[in-house]
Amino acid sequence: MTTERTSRTIDELEDTLGRLRSTAPAGLAASTLIVTGLADAYATVPSPLGELFVAWNPQGVSAVTLAADPGNFEARHLAETGRRAHRVAALPERLAWAISRRIAGDRRVRIELDLRGRGEFERQVWMKALEIPTGEVRPYGWIAAEIGRPRAVRAVGTALGHNPVPLIVPCHRVVRSDGTIGQYSLGGTRNKRTILAAEGLDPDDLEAQARAGIRLVGSDTTHVVCHPTCRNARRIRAAHRVPFRSLTQATQAGFRPCLVCRPAVGVAA
Amino acid sequence: MDDTELALALARDVDTGFASLLAAHQDRIYSITLRILANHADAEEAAQDTFVRAYRALLGYSAARIRDLALRPWLATIAVNACRNRRRRPSDRRPALSLGPLVEAGFDPRDPGLSVEALGERSGDIETWARRLAAVPRGQRTAIVLRHVDGLTYPEIAAALGLPEGTVKAQVHRGLRRLREHLEPEGARRREELSA
Repeated sequence: MTTERTSRTIDELEDTLGRLRSTAPAGLAASTLIVTGLADAYATVPSPLGELFVAWNPQGVSAVTLAADPGNFEARHLAETGRRAHRVAALPERLAWAISRRIAGDRRVRIELDLRGRGEFERQVWMKALEIPTGEVRPYGWIAAEIGRPRAVRAVGTALGHNPVPLIVPCHRVVRSDGTIGQYSLGGTRNKRTILAAEGLDPDDLEAQARAGIRLVGSDTTHVVCHPTCRNARRIRAAHRVPFRSLTQATQAGFRPCLVCRPAVGVAA
Repeated sequence: MDDTELALALARDVDTGFASLLAAHQDRIYSITLRILANHADAEEAAQDTFVRAYRALLGYSAARIRDLALRPWLATIAVNACRNRRRRPSDRRPALSLGPLVEAGFDPRDPGLSVEALGERSGDIETWARRLAAVPRGQRTAIVLRHVDGLTYPEIAAALGLPEGTVKAQVHRGLRRLREHLEPEGARRREELSA
């Protein structure tokens, strides 16, 4: 009797312990994939262009884009990176702060980027675009010359078009070598003009100068020649301002290239 | 996908196989960490920690080694270590204020429609037993969780805990005896009620 009762209670107890199996919380798999870098987290943040979809993982920010809806963004992200994107409530506080600072034009804030799977050439182009100060623009050819590939102007344009993190890497500050505003991956030319205007530039004025054939401007007091939006060029008073069509024309006139914006031969032609 | 297929998938490619490993083992690993740590927030972190450690380990293993892994006990070993490391952290000494027991009982914090009555009905005696198990000393509790919540064999548990099989059996036995004390009076009471 006693033995029977004991074995029954043990069975009962073991059965009860078996029922202590639980179900993992809904977010466990997603958060684990995010921590291991196998999936990205994403959230939306406001911007001058509307709601931006920002994806990130422990390596850094992996995508910044506009999208019709979350489903559209998730599908594109998977296609482009091979990783799923899981929506979370908000960006980590520091990242949200850093991105808002960067969009506001502060280049000094550090934002880690996840550019795995991207080519070396593309990375060079994007890193170079990061050097262009807020409120200034450079032609595609300038980037090509700066990274030691002066003939790769078209490839620079393509690389900028593939920039996965626009606004953080300011590809909008790179314009066509003829001075016109050019294409923009984040919603087209109109958005590019909006951002440049928000950064204090006048896109109409830029294009008017381009139509007039002005690629560089020099000062007849310093004999230094700059890109028109370089901070040194903007200090030149109208009376001393000398427009040029190319660096060759400027050097022939006895001008030397600015050490800050570094116009290169052939670039602005 | 069973564990053999999972191990093969992981041996082919850790990154693609890992999501399947997570899907297949997250409930049991979470059950282990939950019943050892007896706190939902800690258990979730320890479960995540388990899989992150597993992933990093897998990246360093050869394909042959991954193919030969017994995934169930291997993950359980990592889970036990993850729990042990969490307990060492001083922040774990603070009393836990957690929605855990409610969530476990079927309460969804985001669902305002669930009544207190429904909650009581759903929770049954699971929560009572979870508390009783949590009161069992740590060594015995860990052994019981692996044996009776997760269902590992004694040799697997012995390997996971790095203890002789006899020691593990003794721990499970002692722990069960302690838990049975709760059961006996209940059984006795029920029998009394029946005979009355």
